Amino acid sequence: MLDLTYAPPKPKVIAGAKHDWELVIGMEVHAQVASRAKLFSGASTQFGAEPNSNVSFVDAAMPGMLPVINDFCVEQAVRTGLGLKAQINLWSAFDRKNYFYPDLPQGYQISQLYHPLVGEGEILVDMEPGIARKVRIERIHMEQDAGKSIHDMDPNMSFVDLNRTGVALMEIVSRPDIRGPEEAAAYVTKLRQILRYLGTCDGNMQNGNLRADVNISVCRPGDYEKYMESQDFSHLGTRCEIKNMNSMRFIQQAIEHEARRQIAILEGGGEVVQETRLYDPDKGETRSMRSKEEAHDYRYFPDPDLLPLTIEQAWVDEIEANLPELPDEKKARFIRDYGVTEYDASVLTADLDLAAYFEDSVGAGDGKKTANWVINEVLGRANKAEVTAREIATPQANAEILAMVANDEISTKIAKDVLEIHIETGRAPAEIVETEGMKQVTDTGAIEAAVDQIIADNPAQVEKAKVNPKLAGWFVGQVMKATGGKANPKAVNEIVQARLEL
Amino acid sequence: MSIDLETAARVAKLARIRVSDDALPELAAEFNTILGFIEQLGEVDVEGVEPMTSVTPMRLKRREDVVTDGHQQDKVLANAPDAREGFFAVPKVVE
Repeated sequence: MLDLTYAPPKPKVIAGAKHDWELVIGMEVHAQVASRAKLFSGASTQFGAEPNSNVSFVDAAMPGMLPVINDFCVEQAVRTGLGLKAQINLWSAFDRKNYFYPDLPQGYQISQLYHPLVGEGEILVDMEPGIARKVRIERIHMEQDAGKSIHDMDPNMSFVDLNRTGVALMEIVSRPDIRGPEEAAAYVTKLRQILRYLGTCDGNMQNGNLRADVNISVCRPGDYEKYMESQDFSHLGTRCEIKNMNSMRFIQQAIEHEARRQIAILEGGGEVVQETRLYDPDKGETRSMRSKEEAHDYRYFPDPDLLPLTIEQAWVDEIEANLPELPDEKKARFIRDYGVTEYDASVLTADLDLAAYFEDSVGAGDGKKTANWVINEVLGRANKAEVTAREIATPQANAEILAMVANDEISTKIAKDVLEIHIETGRAPAEIVETEGMKQVTDTGAIEAAVDQIIADNPAQVEKAKVNPKLAGWFVGQVMKATGGKANPKAVNEIVQARLEL
Repeated sequence: MSIDLETAARVAKLARIRVSDDALPELAAEFNTILGFIEQLGEVDVEGVEPMTSVTPMRLKRREDVVTDGHQQDKVLANAPDAREGFFAVPKVVE
């Protein structure tokens, strides 16, 4: 648990033509379970394979084929539940959700409506240092993914690929605790971060690995507080669900558009109709998915092909004992052990590899200085080149450079030059400093000579400096320039002061 | 609960089974017989009785996370009325 105190963010307020409105948002995130084989068959889950090649007869719903559950997928879902501090249900069951669509050969999706594997949990959604929202998780259930339809290959036909059919999904359902578009994006970001830490979902939104359905309603200021107090939904407005969004940007835009659409209806004296909508990013609007209307009659019933899923507490305990350090804990530890700011800790723990990279870079050195170095120098350059920090500089190189700075062997300015050379050539920092003669000059004799030279060459400046001691800085700069930045600035400063008799 | 013709027609449509209008009354009557039987079952007091899912106690069978199947595009597509370039080809369905 993050042992920092935080305050909740202010809910987003949209000014209507008549009065102010607030947003209430709940999310259903479909996260693809990271596994080798599918949930109920032995076909591969690999993305980007030849169409219909990762398909077993179970996935294709050939008559007589029976589903057999993949134990590891269950383990991954349990791990996810534990990572979200959720209740794990030792007894859960699978149901059939019936609907017709060409990419769903069974004619039903195996899901868990009545008895989900995971119950109530929570996610702390960080907005900025000191500001965070605790979003309650209602449930996580396991289900099968559908196949993929491609509509643009032929004017009259749709093409169906069943490779994704039957891949395990976790549907992570939140309570309506999210209060604005930015919070919604931050929620998905944090959820994805936790899933990646846990290794239970790759979280690649472009590959459809993580998709979000967003439920949005609007209410008058004050109504949400009444709902929170009573948990009575009648205080909230009628919600619409926007399906299948796979980008943070679209999620935010869709929420904004949908909220304004609802506000316009309500202020015009109309009523919002509960329905499923689709966001069209090109037109910047949401529109009704009429096809989903009849499909809403899913006629759920317990799947007769599958016994209830029973798991043992000892197994759950074992998974829990082996959970990795999670983002909140890691962030708190970075703040505590390395003395970095909350903001820096958030940046450094954003992904697991960067966190490890930072810790390796610290070595025996100073945490705060290393954090500044990694964020400002290394990440700055890596982001510009659109690569990871590890791809441009090794953690050992960072540790070596920072150790040389700490020992006064090189100045911070030279340190950046060393980094540049390391990035370009991959050479070891100590060798670069040695070979390129970049060692800081701490030999006072050499610095004194350089100072004397500058003073001798610039008598007019010397006179000015005697009147205005601030001009001493100019002399320091000249000496640094003359020594190629290698002189120890502190020593230069002292000698300049002494020589100018300031 | 009684099933009228409209409900019978809707259930048939959801199941994608074509039922002609003159067959609907009989279908509705059959539904009503089935539901009547279920209602009769509902009279049995099962308070506190756990639903039985198998005759002998059994644990749900599991599989390991190993790829053991697939790579049979030709077989998967063999029964398709139309298949092109490795895909099932179906009448256009657009949102």
